[in-house]
This record gives sequence, structure tokens and C-alpha cells, in this order.
Amino acid sequence: MAFFHIVVCGGLVPDPLQTLEPVSGPAGWSLKNESLLPSILDPWAANALYEADALAKANPGSKVWLASAAPKVKLQQVLMALAQKAPFELLPVDAPAGGFTDAVECALALAGAVQSIEGLDRSRLLLFGGWESASRGAGATLSVLGEKLGLTEQFQGVDKLTVDGDGSLEILERVEGGKHQVSVLSSPPAVLGWATGGRAEPPNNPQIGMANMRALMPSLQKARAAKLPGDGLTLKSVSLPRQKRNTQVVKDMPVEQIAVEIVEWIKKKP
Amino acid sequence: MELILLLAATDAEGNLGKPALGAATAAQALASALGGAKLVAGLFGARASQAAALLAGAGFEKALILESDALSQARYATDAAAGEALVKACGATLVVAPATSRIQRIIGGLAQRCGGKVDTHLTELTAEEGAPLATRWFYRQRMSGRLKRAQRPWFMTVEAGLYPPPAGSGSPAVEKVQAALPSTLTRVTGEKSPASGAQTIRPDADLLFVAGAGWCKKQADGRLHVPEAEKVILGFLEKTQSSLGGSKSVVDQSGEGTVLSFMSHLNQVGQTGSTPRHAKGLATCCHGEEPHTVGWRFVNERRAVNLNANCGWAQGKADVLYVADAFKVMERVNDLLGG
Repeated sequence: MAFFHIVVCGGLVPDPLQTLEPVSGPAGWSLKNESLLPSILDPWAANALYEADALAKANPGSKVWLASAAPKVKLQQVLMALAQKAPFELLPVDAPAGGFTDAVECALALAGAVQSIEGLDRSRLLLFGGWESASRGAGATLSVLGEKLGLTEQFQGVDKLTVDGDGSLEILERVEGGKHQVSVLSSPPAVLGWATGGRAEPPNNPQIGMANMRALMPSLQKARAAKLPGDGLTLKSVSLPRQKRNTQVVKDMPVEQIAVEIVEWIKKKP
Repeated sequence: MELILLLAATDAEGNLGKPALGAATAAQALASALGGAKLVAGLFGARASQAAALLAGAGFEKALILESDALSQARYATDAAAGEALVKACGATLVVAPATSRIQRIIGGLAQRCGGKVDTHLTELTAEEGAPLATRWFYRQRMSGRLKRAQRPWFMTVEAGLYPPPAGSGSPAVEKVQAALPSTLTRVTGEKSPASGAQTIRPDADLLFVAGAGWCKKQADGRLHVPEAEKVILGFLEKTQSSLGGSKSVVDQSGEGTVLSFMSHLNQVGQTGSTPRHAKGLATCCHGEEPHTVGWRFVNERRAVNLNANCGWAQGKADVLYVADAFKVMERVNDLLGG
């Protein structure tokens, strides 16, 4: 069985249950109390990490790296939990992680981290990540990064990857209408932007955590800094949708009458 | 003066889909707002020539056509090379494209290849002080922002369903573009539908039916009624040809193989799912708080049926909330909708 060198790219996002409010300051737009908001690894990037872990385990000799552009302090907090999920080496870039940063600048910062990996076999490289982030949601960062690294086999919205007996990869990508496009890639290197995938979040494993942390903390201390200044980008305004509907609550109406109302509403032309 | 390129791929029959035609209108609106920018179409596909006629009345000076059998399959290497050839053939400063899976796959890499910048999933294109102004959502549709860029070329993808197709007459002149498309290690072998075989996602449907985890919980008699729930939901989808969305909780349950056999992560709407655009939405047995209700942010008319009058899915989000047993209501709705 062939091995893979899998680099997972993933940023940090605020915990989805947090209340988010945009604020404008001297450095531009950010989130209110952004530095205090609890963060998680982006959900789709986390799916990519779990898929990478499963692929590496199924193909001996494989190795997983996690490249992340995020503030070093936040990355350290997230790593305490994440390091217990899967073994990986960390490629940290100390940079802003907010949704108002530029996808191309972020990708170029990550490119430097990937290019610095010693012993990376580019012929076996699979560049993983989420197909979009829960912050910027551009769906462009991984593609830009792949292009920068010269990877011209790219897939987005991936839900399944199967390694066939001849070493080729069958890949299912989300397309319109709730379908998957099925492609066969004869061999790496390639870029795979993951959607949900098919792996549940692994349980915490303290042994993996301890083994990971021995290398992760020194890596974190050596994180290279990147500013992501947003050159040429002007965010004119950012606002929360204020629309609140005046909900009509209908109680104690017989089922028959509700059903009639709903059918009439459905049949009425929008 | 800006030169706007509409970049779109044609389908196997040589047609442009609704998202591409909407992007054409968005490009036209941008040109108009800028006060007379040049407007060019760049179409690629195995049979792209005939699609130029679909852009009649949208103000395109010409349509650049790149045709090749290699473009019959949606693959990064060949599609990106086609896009690059079309952008460079006209020297576009602004590239407007539909946010389809095919374009989204290449747009970031294409921007990098052409030395440009990229913004995706835009919801409005206009101009301010003679410069393009784009609107998009951030943090999974939780806040909206308006942005400008100084760099060119600027690549933009526009969400589907926001702009109507162009209407008018007078097809743009067709100009063929030649490009050497690279060899690729990828071969597209086809498309796969959900395992159940049931067609449950219909992006063009008027109605979005959202099913929540309540369908899979114990009902008033203290028992689960999942087979009955499946029958009611599928019956409703078939009768109304509506699209099915699912809350995160019901979709996660489905992943465990215990419930609604036709529900997959592709159906998930909300904070970590999709935010589809439909004229109407009917949510049933959905429970959750603000972050998850973004799933129907882009649904115009909204009604909900559930047993909790204070449910976060409905209060302040729906126009009408029926406090009732969704099983009984939807069974009767199906009866009334008939065969």
C-alpha cells in the first residue's frame, strides 16, 4: 500500500454558539471582544483532519501535518483539545484568523509553511482542508494555495475518498442538486477541500495528546508571523441583519384547519 | 475603463444554467452602475458556441468561446486553463462568474494564476464613486458586508437566484479562442445520487421543507414512529416537489444509521450546513437557537409547525407558527394535496 504525505490546512473560528457582533476600529473591522471569544478548529477543516488521520492509519508510512494561520495564543488553546484527537505535526503561522482577512494573503502565508516542511514528498502530497471556512467562507484559500504550490488536480466539496487497489483515488465531490460528481485521480499530488466527509469526531485520547504536545509546543514557539494586511481591500461596512419577524403564534387551532391553511399557502403563487 | 468578463461554463447540451444567466444580469448591472464599462462574455465547454444566443439583450459586446471535448468534464486542470485563456484573451479587469460547483472549484486558483484577487458568494454588485462595490455574507450568513478592491483583475462569483436571466434580443458577436488545455490525472466517471435513490434536494423548488429531530423522537404514545415519519415526509416532497432540508441534529442522527434513511449531510441547513434560497419555507419539528436558524435566512415566506410556542426556530423568524403535532398536521396536508 502506498503512503501519503497529508497536509491539512485549517483556521480557527469562533465557537458557533457564540453571539457575534462586528465592530470597526483603527485596524479595520473585527468582532466585538474577538480575542475573548472561545475558538475551535474550523468545522470543515476538522472533518479534513479526521479524514487525514483515517487515511494515514490505513496507509502505513503516511504522515499528517496541520498548517494553521491563527493567533498563536488562540492556537495554543485549541491545541489542548485538538491534540488528543489525532497525531499530527504542527505548522503554525501567527496571523489574524478573522473572517475579514483576505483569502489570497492567507493562502500565501500558508504556502510558506508548507514549503518549509523538511522531507515532504511532493509526489505523494495530498493538501487537505475545509472547502469553505465558517468565518470568511470564501472557498478560495485552499485553491489559491494549491495553485501556488503547483497542484493542478483539485477537488472541492469532497465527501468521500477511496484508495483503490491500483493506487488510484476515487473522489466524491458535491455538485448541484444534492448529487456527487465521481472522479478518479490516477495518483497524487492533489488538493481536496472537504465538506462533511464520513468520519465522526474521534474521542479524546490522552496518550495521543501527550505524544503530540511534546512536539507541538516547540513548534508553536517558532511560529512565523504573517500580517495579512488586506492590501487594496476596503470593507465599507459590516452589519448584522436586523430583520425580526412578527411571528403569529397559532395555538388551539384544529389540525384540519391548520392543514387547510398550509395547503392554501403552498398553492398560492409566491 | 473597466472591462467586465462574464465567465461561465456550458452544460453537456451547450446551455447556460440559471446561475450563469443570473450572473450575466449581475455583470450587466455592474457595467451599468459603473457608467459604461465594457462587457464581454467568456464561455467554455464542449459545445459552448450556441450559448452566446442566450445572452441576448444583456449588453455584451462579444462572446469569447473556448470549445474542446476536454471541457465536457468538470475538472480543475482543464477548466482553470480555459478560464485563464479567456481572461487573458480580453484583458478583463473584473471577472463575474456564477457560484456553481464548477466555477467555485477553479475561481481561487484562477485568480492566483492571473495575479488577481477573489471574492465569492456575492449577493449584490453595484458601484460607488465610480468603483465596483460588492456585498457578501461573513461568518456563515450571520453578518453582511460591503467591500471594494483596488487590485485587478478582481474575480467575483455571484450567488444563484438573486438576479433574473437577461431578457432582450441581439446576440453578441462570437469570437473563438484557442488554448492548449493541459493533460490531467483526473477522469470524471459520472454522478452519484443519494443512496436511497430519493430525489430530495431541488434547488429550483418554490418550497423548502425543513425536518427537525422531533420527527425521530418518541411521540405522545411513548413510541418512535420513524417509518411513519419517512412516509409522511417523502409523500409531501413528492406531492409538492419541494426541496428537503434538515436540522443539524436530525442529520447527525441519520449519520448514525438510526433514522430518516433519505436524510444526509447534503440536506443540512443552518450554521454548518447550507443556506438555500426558496420563496417559501415550512419547518416542522425543528428546535434550536439563533445560529442554526440561518438555514432559512434566504427563505422569503416562512411557516413552522411544532409543539413549542417559544421555539427559537420560529419566534421572530417565522411568519406563522402553528403549535401542533406535525405528524397529524402533515398527514392531513398530504391527504388534502391528494394523489
